[in-house]
Amino acid sequence: MDTLPILSILTWLPAVAAVLILLLPQIIKSPEAARANAARWIALVATLIVFGLALWMTLAFDETNPDYQFVERADWYGMIQYHLGIDGISVLLILLTAFLMPLCILASWTSIEKRVVEYMAAFLILQTLMIGVFCALDIVLFYIFFEAGLIPMYLIIGIWGGKNRVYAAYKFFLYTLLGSLFLLIAVAWMAITAKTTSIPDLQAFGFAKDAQTWLWLAFFASFAVKMPMWPVHTWLPDAHVEAPTAGSVILAGVLLKMGGYGFLRFSLPMFPEASNDFAPFIFALSGIAIVYTSLVAFRQTDIKKLIAYSSVAHMGFVTMGIFSGNEQGIQGAMFQMLSHGVISGALFLCVGVIYDRMHTREIAQYGGLVNRMPIYAAVFLLFTMGNVGLPGTSGFVGEILTMQGAFNVDPVTAMVAASGVILSAAYMLTLYRKVIFGVIVNPALNTITDMNAREILIFVPLIAAALYLGFQPNIIFDQTATSAVALVDAFHANFK
Amino acid sequence: MAINQTMTAELFFQQVPYILPEITLAAGALIIMLIGAFMGDKGARLVTWLCVATLLAAGSMAVLHMPPEQVVVFSGSYAADGFSAYAKLIIALTASSALLLSIDFLAEKKLDKPEFPVLALLATLGMFIMVSAHDLIALYVGVEMQSLALYVLAAYARDDAKSSEAGLKYFVLGALSSGLLLYGCSLVYGFTGSVNFDVIAAQVADERSIGVVFGLVFILCGLAFKMSAAPFHMWTPDVYEGSPTVSTAFFASAPKVAASVLFARVCFEAFGPLQKDWLGIVIIMAVLSMAIGALFALQQTNIKRLLAYSSIANMGYVLVAIACGPEFGPKALLVFVSIYAITSVGLFGVVLSLRNAEGERVETISALSGLSRSNPLLASALTMLLFSVMGIPPLAGFFGKWEVILATSASGLLPLAIVLILASVVSAFYYLRIIKTVWFDEPRMAMVPVGASTTLTLTGATFVLAALTLVIGLVGSAASIAGAGFH
Repeated sequence: MDTLPILSILTWLPAVAAVLILLLPQIIKSPEAARANAARWIALVATLIVFGLALWMTLAFDETNPDYQFVERADWYGMIQYHLGIDGISVLLILLTAFLMPLCILASWTSIEKRVVEYMAAFLILQTLMIGVFCALDIVLFYIFFEAGLIPMYLIIGIWGGKNRVYAAYKFFLYTLLGSLFLLIAVAWMAITAKTTSIPDLQAFGFAKDAQTWLWLAFFASFAVKMPMWPVHTWLPDAHVEAPTAGSVILAGVLLKMGGYGFLRFSLPMFPEASNDFAPFIFALSGIAIVYTSLVAFRQTDIKKLIAYSSVAHMGFVTMGIFSGNEQGIQGAMFQMLSHGVISGALFLCVGVIYDRMHTREIAQYGGLVNRMPIYAAVFLLFTMGNVGLPGTSGFVGEILTMQGAFNVDPVTAMVAASGVILSAAYMLTLYRKVIFGVIVNPALNTITDMNAREILIFVPLIAAALYLGFQPNIIFDQTATSAVALVDAFHANFK
Repeated sequence: MAINQTMTAELFFQQVPYILPEITLAAGALIIMLIGAFMGDKGARLVTWLCVATLLAAGSMAVLHMPPEQVVVFSGSYAADGFSAYAKLIIALTASSALLLSIDFLAEKKLDKPEFPVLALLATLGMFIMVSAHDLIALYVGVEMQSLALYVLAAYARDDAKSSEAGLKYFVLGALSSGLLLYGCSLVYGFTGSVNFDVIAAQVADERSIGVVFGLVFILCGLAFKMSAAPFHMWTPDVYEGSPTVSTAFFASAPKVAASVLFARVCFEAFGPLQKDWLGIVIIMAVLSMAIGALFALQQTNIKRLLAYSSIANMGYVLVAIACGPEFGPKALLVFVSIYAITSVGLFGVVLSLRNAEGERVETISALSGLSRSNPLLASALTMLLFSVMGIPPLAGFFGKWEVILATSASGLLPLAIVLILASVVSAFYYLRIIKTVWFDEPRMAMVPVGASTTLTLTGATFVLAALTLVIGLVGSAASIAGAGFH
């Protein structure tokens, strides 16, 4: 290979760091605290290197080329190949993953006290699997990364989670497993029929119309659970509430994006006719998701649960945009995924800041924080507005574009979705008022301290990203445009 | 392919190389038994090591002498091909791992007598004959040779009431199933006039007589009992629980490989033309095994019983592979069953390492609570093995399931694949329960050094097995060669 295998390095570097961390207790016989510190630093340095490499890769990525780039290909097992490559759809998702990881490590710096070594290793392995999902150009390899992510996430929720963590971990695991096993059957069938497992070849294969219908449904079963779409979203609030802060960030920031990525990578290009037939169905589910889960979010008493339901609503915009099948819709969906990754990740980190101090997420326990935590109030305000979709933040761009895309196809859904924007303002602002404004009622809050330097350091990049993407959305669209146009053209070529 | 009716001395010696592994095992067993008799009980450890060496030698011989195409020797009674060579290697490997696990366990229970490894060796000889059987006589001899040795292994702890009960139960039900098998064989012989698989296949291809179908049903039921597929699974949980754990580790691995390979050979070779007749039986057994294995395991608190139900469910997956027919089934069957057998020995290796605060061996799932604190390495091995048997990638178990699902797609049995994944999700629940107990629960007894007194052998064997679940490429390509050699 004449060029550097950058995708393999990005994918496997975190795993190597994880192995290093796991071997630590064997190498240094020092006290537990020293080992934990070493694990933290190795994890931080590894994730920062990965971020640097991902940034370099994004800059080196040729956005005018619609083909897969940085391709690596080797035979592996039977017809399954170790085949990696990225295009405009995946490049930024990899960057997002690499961007959020160091922040997660920093956010867990002091809040995780027990089993730090295992915790850091689990996160690094999870990063390997997440980047692998976005790089894989072999459908079985994709499935392997996709499904293997269940193991570290199950352990993260179950070991370091809250009171009800066991229930949440089971629910997360079994729900997702059932969905993805249907995907596995479909993959096996496709491999037998098309005699290949390469994603580009499968995209060009052209499955028969009848087969498309059920293949689409099998893929839908998996991605809809992952996304999650109403009505199979119920695992998400539980998982979010019980997961440790960094787990929630990764769950909302990256794992949910795998569903949207799957629709873009598989459902639309491989089963265009079925996607077209099922679009009204997706629109209906998206509309319900946006309105219904917004209303549900409004009634929550737990801050994390509220944000989790809001995630489901925002993912509704993504599915709506993807299945509108036009450029605005798909570009908007891409943008919305990235923006939601930043904003919801930041919101969960905001919850983490006060949870670390008060050890409760009940909205009623808070109030009047602005008096004691002015910096926190400002940061939280920014991301609240971002989540509402205020122009100037990144949240606005994705919502308006997906609605525009949907309007061209199905104006009613677009209008229903627009009402979701109002509802999100209602629940987010109510949350903000209850938590931040008012007078301090809970005496425990009198001694609460504002954010420290480490926490501010975590939020600076997130704030920068949210605002920069809000004012300069073109940096995203420049990267995704070529691939999105190619996808849309290929999609519409089926109906000429 | 050579069916020779007359046997000259010259011919005999030409055919001997194909049964070298069996000769090695038989001669080894006899010699080692003599050594054991001379040395008495203090020779148990040496005898075990000798048996392991014999097993490994026989296994490698089977692979090294593998003919490029199927060769049938000794008047058509014995087949040497890639399919059987692969199965023999896996049988030898898992049987020798189980023997390695037995050393400490038996020494601690004061059961370290040379009979145990020699019986295991004889059982393995039976399994070798089973996987190569090409007529009904060899089939029956192989099955009985294996079973009789296994009955004794089940009752090996003779002062333990539970073990004796397990042995007796195994024997009585096993004898019944042998009767079914023999009755089936006699019917098939009566209606086709031959015991040879090729002749039977040619006969039934010409004319499907109801008598043969009747015999087929009896043979399949008898074999299903040996592989503990539902509805002939009743003995499994009791025998697994009652037998000494090392015997259970042995039951759960090598004999499963032998029985499923034999089942496949009978279906594909002898009764290939009757696919319509056996397919329904196999599908019903597969669905029942998967359902019973998945659902009944949910309520178990004893880890050995749980693994018994888990093995029933896994035999259901094996039957799914067999249902896919001679074209797509063999490769899937070999990949799946070999990974399952290896994982299974590993799981029992972990069970063998468990002790409570007083150093006594324990078998309940709750005894595992907090294992990740008291013994992180053992806990990691157990977790990997469980995720593997659950079929979660990138662990080896995933590739077994992938091959089976691939085979169902290729042969148009997708509904069976859907049952398989539903069973997988239900099974995932109880495997997760063990992982939960290991990782999420607090240690019940503060920092018990579980398995501290177990020696290198035990942890070594477990870890080799855990590592094997990560290396899949070898297994897969070997199996595809072996499976392709089948016709």
